[in-house]
Amino acid sequence: MIWLVGGILLTALSGVPGLFFQRHGDGGERVACLLTLAGTASGLIAVVSTLCSGHNINLDLIWSIPGATLALHLDPIAAAFLLPLFLVVATGSVYGLRYWPQREHPGNGRKLRLFYGLISGAMILLLTARNGVLFLIGWETMALAGFFLITTEDHKKEVNRAGYIYIIATHTGTLALFAMFALLGHTSGSLMFPDIQTLPIAGSTLIFLLGLLGFGMKAGLMPLHIWLPGAHASAPSHASALLSGVMIKTGIYGLVRLTSFFAEIPVWWGWTILLLGAISGIMGVALALAQHDIKRLLAYHSVENIGIIAMGLGLALLGRSYHLPLLVSLGLAGCLLHVINHGLFKSLLFLSAGSVIHAVGSREIDHFGGLLKRQPWTGVMFLGGAVAICALPPFNGFISEWLIYLAAFQPLKQAASTLGMAVLAAPALALIGGLALACFVKVFGITFLGEPRCNAAAHAHEASALMLIPMATLLAACAWIGLLPTTIMPLLRGAVAGWSGSSATTLAVDTFAPLGWVSMAGWLLLSLLIVLGLWLHRRSHNAPRNIGTWGCGYRFPAPRMQYTASSFGDFLVQLFNFGLKSERHGGKVSGLFPSGAHFSSHTPDAVLDRMLFPLFRGSAWCCRYLRSRIQNGEIAFYLLYVVLTIIALLTLFTL
Amino acid sequence: MIELTNPLLLAVILINFFTLGSARLGACIRVVALQGALLALLPLATHGMSGHALILGAGALLLKGIFIPTLLLRAIREVRIRREVEPIIGFVPTLIIGALTTAGAFIFADFLPLIAEHHEGFYVPTALATIFTGFLLLITRRKAITQILGYLLLENGIFIFGVLLSAAMPLMVEAGVLLDLLVGVFVMGIVLNQINREFSTLNTERLSALKE
Repeated sequence: MIWLVGGILLTALSGVPGLFFQRHGDGGERVACLLTLAGTASGLIAVVSTLCSGHNINLDLIWSIPGATLALHLDPIAAAFLLPLFLVVATGSVYGLRYWPQREHPGNGRKLRLFYGLISGAMILLLTARNGVLFLIGWETMALAGFFLITTEDHKKEVNRAGYIYIIATHTGTLALFAMFALLGHTSGSLMFPDIQTLPIAGSTLIFLLGLLGFGMKAGLMPLHIWLPGAHASAPSHASALLSGVMIKTGIYGLVRLTSFFAEIPVWWGWTILLLGAISGIMGVALALAQHDIKRLLAYHSVENIGIIAMGLGLALLGRSYHLPLLVSLGLAGCLLHVINHGLFKSLLFLSAGSVIHAVGSREIDHFGGLLKRQPWTGVMFLGGAVAICALPPFNGFISEWLIYLAAFQPLKQAASTLGMAVLAAPALALIGGLALACFVKVFGITFLGEPRCNAAAHAHEASALMLIPMATLLAACAWIGLLPTTIMPLLRGAVAGWSGSSATTLAVDTFAPLGWVSMAGWLLLSLLIVLGLWLHRRSHNAPRNIGTWGCGYRFPAPRMQYTASSFGDFLVQLFNFGLKSERHGGKVSGLFPSGAHFSSHTPDAVLDRMLFPLFRGSAWCCRYLRSRIQNGEIAFYLLYVVLTIIALLTLFTL
Repeated sequence: MIELTNPLLLAVILINFFTLGSARLGACIRVVALQGALLALLPLATHGMSGHALILGAGALLLKGIFIPTLLLRAIREVRIRREVEPIIGFVPTLIIGALTTAGAFIFADFLPLIAEHHEGFYVPTALATIFTGFLLLITRRKAITQILGYLLLENGIFIFGVLLSAAMPLMVEAGVLLDLLVGVFVMGIVLNQINREFSTLNTERLSALKE
């Protein structure tokens, strides 16, 4: 227990000593990095010792706040969320030493590190809290620290706008959670988390809907993802990695934890989450395809992956409703493993994207090109992350999506029932996977292959070792789960048992999912690739190195003739035009010798820009109109309002 | 008791109608003064010749019947206006609305959850009708001086309510209400002069520069 508390405190306060160091010196950042590493190591010791000993650790201290106790609890469900957190936080803080050094950012470096530590500590706290008040304290600290991470560069207008949207969204969610915990406390009798599967189903509808709103807002499920793209694009890359890799998962954690409290799960809960997950997945990846900003694109992929995670959770909930233990264990194992995996490969992608942005100085994919020759290691890291996020073997994304596929096929074993519809999750998942692959072919191709499209890209430099080592660590973790999936199984088995309430032995996921074979196939594939690569390398080492990429038969190809991000994705974006409604400007040429023309395309967010902004603008106009009518400056009217109020009150009290 | 109070209250209602229908400011002020004087009799008629009732009646007579009307008469002499012209809602419609609200007050009073002894007599409906008449004056008239009359009527309505409770209500509260009224009228009197000096009219519609 002391390790866990120590970990929380060390991580949360890691940025504080830095405040007392010199503004232009690098002492503060080193201390912060060391403290973060010590804190995450200490937390890791707590988690590993819990997992090895097999029984959960508890802490209960009296606290003077009414309804609150300092109750911490570490079980396999929390551990599944904590493990990627520790890795991402530690690698991110090392990466930050070179990506956002104090010397280059004297104005906001200290602020960034202070809130980076605070958000990490708050997340560990909320993932281990067993009391509603303590959870909300952790939640709100996390939300506010997240705001300051997003607005690190608060002198930029679009950053402030993104932060503003984020703070509105997160507070809406927190409001729902306050109501949810109040109702939960009313149902269970105290603000402590109830034991698993103890709460009656009566009165749970409102709790579930409030939880879905609050947690779904944080997780970024499709209609509630409004804050996510802007926020992830605005934050510094290692902060984006933390936000996208870990913070949005706290929403999933909340949903997993909340659904574990109820004795029975209504059928519509599972369907709702499954459907929302499928929508998020498909629309998320379609929106990602249409983006030109590499961090916005990755942010939409977070929406997509949250959708996949939610589909796993939805299948597990359906399994609970229909009493199918196999569906429960496969769905939840896939959900939790994808939480871990997404944390790893999305951070890896954000960090390597950050390395590219650091070298080129732009976030536009169309400014990159040919970077594989200039940043070979970054390119390899990005490729690894891209393979993992596209769910291709031998990396980890494949394992978790495979578990969800297996879960999606389980309903077929049942005799004809409405549950059979759940098998449609499999084609949805396949569609998501295919589109994700197309999207990352686009990103990798435009960014790393071809010729540089701007001067900065032509003179890009490789990232320093302190940036590459964190990426390599994350890539190794991705490969480890992908190649040795059996090592992660005990954790998932414990988490599934802890969630569904049955004993761990009856729910051996790996007996139904032959992960040993998968791991074997992964090794085989890897060795095949290595052999093939070596053979190609030997064959081509006499070939000239300095020739350009094939120029489609043009005599004098220029870098601007290459495929752009927008032209590469155009075919697929057109297919999804019913939901994306991309805006295209210009691009028409006429005559035999046309003069210069411009073309640009832009895809606004389907929910935020198309629905919420017009809605809010409309209601603001209505309110202004009403105000100018009601508050018109005529004293007679104000007196009339007084009379009407009196009459209304009198009538109300008489009736 | 009832024999004396009911004619008093009916007279109060008639005076309400008169203020709603009349354009002559001088007459309106005198009539409201008469209403104040009638109301001064009301505590005596209701509670008999007790000390409390005497003080209440004397206070009401002095303030509402003599002092404030004198002030107002002097004010209209100084600002030289006689008539309320062009009200926001015309005199006949105001009278009709006044009649409707009075009828409504009588119907409404039956539904109010009152103790049995307050149900008999016209106290509650008259009080409500007077309050609404005051509001009606405030809403429909433009001249500041008529609005003061509206406030006076409003206070008279509250006073009638207060009479019902005056056995239970301490003297201090009554005195407070009367003092409030006095201060209100003073302030309005000052405002009146200022409006007149600034705009050379008493229309309150000009006072809308501070709206958002």
